[in-house]
Amino acid sequence: MHIVICIKQVPDSAQIRVHPVTNTIMRQGVPTIINPYDLFALEEALKLRDAHGGEVTVLTMGPPMAEDALRKALTYGADRAVLLTDRYFAGSDTLATSFALSQAIAKIGETFGTPDIVFTGKQTIDGDTAQVGPGIAKRLDLMQLTYVAKIASIDLNTREITVERRSEGGTQTLMSKLPCLITMLEGTNEIRRGSLDDALRAARSRIVKWSAADAGIEDLTKCGLRGSPTVVKRVFAPAARAEKAEQIDTTEKTPRDLADALIAGIFSRQPALEDELAFDGDA
Amino acid sequence: MLNTKQGTPPPAAGRAGMKKELPEHFKDYRHVWVFIELERGQVHPVSFELLGEGRKLADKLGVELAGVVLGPAGEATLYAVAEAFAYGADLAYLVEAPLLEDYRNEPFTKAITDLVTTYKPEILLLGATTLGRDLAGSVATTLLTGLTADCTELDVDADGSLAATRPTFGGSLLCTIYTLNCRPQMATVRPRVMAMPQRVNKPIGRVIQHEVPMVEEEIVTKALGFLSDGQSSNANLAYADVVVAGGLGLGAAENLKLVKNLARAIGAEYGCSRPLVQKGWMPADRQIGQTGKTIRPKLYIAAGISGAIQHRVGVGGADLIVAINTDRNAPIFDFAHLGVVTDAIRFLPSLTEVFTHRLSPHSRDKLAN
Repeated sequence: MHIVICIKQVPDSAQIRVHPVTNTIMRQGVPTIINPYDLFALEEALKLRDAHGGEVTVLTMGPPMAEDALRKALTYGADRAVLLTDRYFAGSDTLATSFALSQAIAKIGETFGTPDIVFTGKQTIDGDTAQVGPGIAKRLDLMQLTYVAKIASIDLNTREITVERRSEGGTQTLMSKLPCLITMLEGTNEIRRGSLDDALRAARSRIVKWSAADAGIEDLTKCGLRGSPTVVKRVFAPAARAEKAEQIDTTEKTPRDLADALIAGIFSRQPALEDELAFDGDA
Repeated sequence: MLNTKQGTPPPAAGRAGMKKELPEHFKDYRHVWVFIELERGQVHPVSFELLGEGRKLADKLGVELAGVVLGPAGEATLYAVAEAFAYGADLAYLVEAPLLEDYRNEPFTKAITDLVTTYKPEILLLGATTLGRDLAGSVATTLLTGLTADCTELDVDADGSLAATRPTFGGSLLCTIYTLNCRPQMATVRPRVMAMPQRVNKPIGRVIQHEVPMVEEEIVTKALGFLSDGQSSNANLAYADVVVAGGLGLGAAENLKLVKNLARAIGAEYGCSRPLVQKGWMPADRQIGQTGKTIRPKLYIAAGISGAIQHRVGVGGADLIVAINTDRNAPIFDFAHLGVVTDAIRFLPSLTEVFTHRLSPHSRDKLAN
């Protein structure tokens, strides 16, 4: 089977610094990583390939330096990597991003074989929208299976796939057909350590680099800022709360005295709570 | 999308200064719609929160607020329609079909897009639940319109455009986003981000029944079953009145029992900060914060949580935030209301004990006399 997995190179969010005056992200020197949610999808793709045979193509859209993320994915064991990069993609929102990626996936299909499954992570940690996966599915007319916790079965003959999907308050079991798009839930597996062979292969591999034209995109008005209906008007830092926490004095207090003082503080601020807690608590 | 140029205020991205010129064929798009999330006979409360928010937008625009209900004909859809009116809708759109029983992307997307192209709303709001996010992306892509995820604030500007504000980069910044030249303007909002409006009993008003031609044979994906989380459900976390959560300051996975014990003593739900999920100490659906659950309890007790910005985003709506942390400079003390600079591992057992004693009927009788 042929599996395409979309990944994104993102800033390591733990290290994001915001300029105190201009409220802009200071990207200089911020390390980048593969979006952590994508690794669960990548592992699932590799597992399926190992079980059913075939190839895994990893795809990213981004600046030229996103090549690093692709190379990393190759060291985990992906077979092929495609970098979609072009200045026309700058400023893409989720609609424009799903357009560009779906065009590239169609081109991958023509070039390397039609994919049976397209994987994405649940969402990215920088955009956090979870919208690009569904966008790709819609544009390529793929069955959409989001928040998948487990792939229960795949039958390549009947083209049937059964998955367990996380939904509100439970787990939904869905049976669908290939080709489909799956967004993988986090925590469902753990990314393998690539082998030494994979590392050597990754170092030698030539990454396929496509411009918009290479990916067969003719209508540039659907790309980048021009193809993005949403526009960021204003960026600002969250307002600080006017006052800091009132500290309970801890000097010379046993933990019990401290607990007394804290509980008194809680109930003086929220008098109605005491009755509610007494009613709820099974003390 | 964010640029890194210097300057105050930051220069807006590429086209933000562009004149909005809504194409002629979008000019008759009017009114605010809220998708009413109905599953297994239950309406997700986020739908009511959105009706409260949608009401404000509709009033500012001087237009109507509509609830959109999808489901099989029967009591559940009737209940959902009635509740939509009780929480502020002026009218309801209703699509009834047996194949809308369980949520599936295909028929729901078709039904919503069909409604939109027929009745043309200017704003469409959905809950940022697993269902809402699955659906919103498909609908927006089908309609080729803008969609803003996980908004924390919604407003309309002077010329009636939706201004949707959302956290970005894990909550370290907020950005306000507009949908230029496309309709409807779509946004999702996470549960508990908006306050629950007052429910007012009123009769069911105008209901527009809409037929969408769909047959089960043409729907590829089949729903085989649903396994409920049941009572062990953490779904209660978002809607709990009291929440206790632990963070890295607890030092070891086994110390989470201190958090659970306190939660049990005061009838609270428990959760944790993101690092604990990453360490595998607690399941992901107990995570509180930007990438976890948003909570809005009357009382929130955070033990050993430093209060990174991404955590703050998820707890800002709590009425009373109590922080317990050894580090007096921890950022959580910047947004908590009450703080105790002490070691949570030593302090939580005493706090549990004193709470238990104080809330027991016996001691309450003594206090009352």
